[in-house]
Amino acid sequence: MTLDAAALKKKFLSGSIGLTLISIFLGFALGAIVLLAAGFNPLEAYWVILKGIFSRPKYVSYVIIYATPLIITGLSVAFALRTGLFNIGAEGQYIVGAIVAAAAGYFFKLPLILHVIVAVGLAIIAAALWGGLAGYIKARFGVHEVISTIMLNWIALYLSNFVVTLQAFGKQGTGKTYAIQSTARINLLSDWKISEAGIEFIRSHKMLGDVLKSPINVGFIFAILLAVLVWYVLNKTTLGYELRAVGFNPHAAEAGGINVKRSMVVSMLFAGGLAGAAGAFQVLGVSHRIAKLAAMEGYGFDGIAVSLIGNNTGAGSVFAGLLFGALKYGGSKIQDAMQAPTEVISIMIGIIILFVAMPNLIRLILTIKANRASN
Amino acid sequence: MEAIINDIGFIIGTTLMYSTPLMFTSLGGVITERSGVVNIGLEGMMFFGAFVAATVAYYTQNPWLGFLCAGLGGAFLGLLHAIACVSFAAEQIVSGIAINFLGPGLALFLSRLFFDGATQTLTIPNKIPLPLHFLFGEGKLFKSAGFMDLVFNRFATVYLAFLLVLLVWFVLYKTKVGMRVQAVGEHPEAADTLGISVYRIRYGAVIMSGFFAGLGGASMSIAVVSRFSNTLISGHGFIALAAMIFGKWKPQGAMLACLLFGGAKGFEIFLGAKGVPVSSSLLAMLPYILTIIVLVGIVGKTTPPAAIGKIFDKSGK
Repeated sequence: MTLDAAALKKKFLSGSIGLTLISIFLGFALGAIVLLAAGFNPLEAYWVILKGIFSRPKYVSYVIIYATPLIITGLSVAFALRTGLFNIGAEGQYIVGAIVAAAAGYFFKLPLILHVIVAVGLAIIAAALWGGLAGYIKARFGVHEVISTIMLNWIALYLSNFVVTLQAFGKQGTGKTYAIQSTARINLLSDWKISEAGIEFIRSHKMLGDVLKSPINVGFIFAILLAVLVWYVLNKTTLGYELRAVGFNPHAAEAGGINVKRSMVVSMLFAGGLAGAAGAFQVLGVSHRIAKLAAMEGYGFDGIAVSLIGNNTGAGSVFAGLLFGALKYGGSKIQDAMQAPTEVISIMIGIIILFVAMPNLIRLILTIKANRASN
Repeated sequence: MEAIINDIGFIIGTTLMYSTPLMFTSLGGVITERSGVVNIGLEGMMFFGAFVAATVAYYTQNPWLGFLCAGLGGAFLGLLHAIACVSFAAEQIVSGIAINFLGPGLALFLSRLFFDGATQTLTIPNKIPLPLHFLFGEGKLFKSAGFMDLVFNRFATVYLAFLLVLLVWFVLYKTKVGMRVQAVGEHPEAADTLGISVYRIRYGAVIMSGFFAGLGGASMSIAVVSRFSNTLISGHGFIALAAMIFGKWKPQGAMLACLLFGGAKGFEIFLGAKGVPVSSSLLAMLPYILTIIVLVGIVGKTTPPAAIGKIFDKSGK
């Protein structure tokens, strides 16, 4: 079979990556229409966003910092979804991870690297159990994971708000906990940055100095490693094969001798652990404490979007997380620059997901276009 | 003695007030899911409805117009969900997630345009009225701040919500349309064979669910409080969704579940007002823990509509 360019193009466009790219394009196009209808110049807005992402090294660094938790919660949602489970609970698992990391980071007195390992490890274990609980009551009692995780999200939120009020942990009257010990932080060069040599360096090195002005941390590297881990577990291990088999067709998997119930629990343990890692890295690298939550912060919900846009794969989550992080950070700049509401980003994300959900519609549009072209 | 009775009245009254937004939204959930379409976009629809209600009520000074427009706003998002799920065979949960980005996104986008860059509206001049207000006060039938006042002197939306439970129950179980909705949710292929338009029923049900969720948002923003803000809804739509499942996909069950969630809120506010030294966070957590326990306990007895979440394609693919 010979493939000419047109056939190749068609094959690419109707494949999953092509459909996602078309959805993203449509998201931007409709976002532009919304801006236009509201009386803003969409090209100017997109230019401001683009500049807000790339025009300074510091901005790129911030995009990566924004993207890090989204990539990891995206991985969490993707992992569960590949086993056919919808992890709405990434939000709560993230909160549990953040609570434990903040507590371990503040209460324990440990040497530098060990402290980070202990804090992250405990956060992952706690969040894994939190997620695994939803998997267990689905496997054991048949309670749909969407409902149980919605409940667990709220329990986690109020648990977080409760621990913030504890005398030993919360700074009374501030609605925040005490900051974690410096040994638990994963920021790079944070002490050196405020030393005389550091200040001098930042002043004299334009590029690197600018990057150092952002709270850079090693979380992103872990996010990439976790993406590789998710890919490896799902695609290269027997466990991953079983989990995917359950997601593909639980009845067939059961008939093939796979323990479906155990798979559900294992999948949610993994997913919970991942979301918990996201919360832990955010606390150890960015916020250094937890604060009273008036509402859900949305890291878990954004993770659902990241997973869906990234086609529920490890690599896809990294790219979608970076896209989301970039839009979130860059999008926040159109407010000051041109008084255009930054929420156009949420609208765009919503549109992208809506189209991702409707591959049939995009295929239909492509067919109509192809027919028109051939007539 | 009278103090205790008044305290009970206070708890009941607050319960009614906080259950109402959940009830509207939860009823919407019942309608759509009974037709076989999952709608986790209720949250986004409620959010958008809350914004539309407050904005229209602010600019027109007419809360009822705001209430109606909130329903229409929710219905618009319902239409999007229906187009995706019914016509284009979208994964229903994914489409719902999209609605949960679109609803708040649109609401906050428009809020910034209409209210000078703020993510909240200004205080509305007129709230939804208290229809029985004339019965209470000096020289009236009941004295003010007494038990009857605390329980029954409530916003019109509270009474509407209970009427709507009756109405949805009646339509669903006692009318032809309701039977068709159920048939479509249980066995769309059979319903189709009998000449029922599965697409049309599902479109209607999903749009109605958006309308009701919009009303739910409105009864929050222009009755319980008097403005929309970006943290006003945060999660109520999800709770309404859980209440619907808790109530076994029945209007009367959903009502009871909403009263439970509202009751927990009422109790929390009561203890807060009395200065009882109990952590409000721990109290707030209780209904969610209770829900999980109850769901674990009643399982086996809950059966969702058989065709829920399944895509219906008339061509039989």
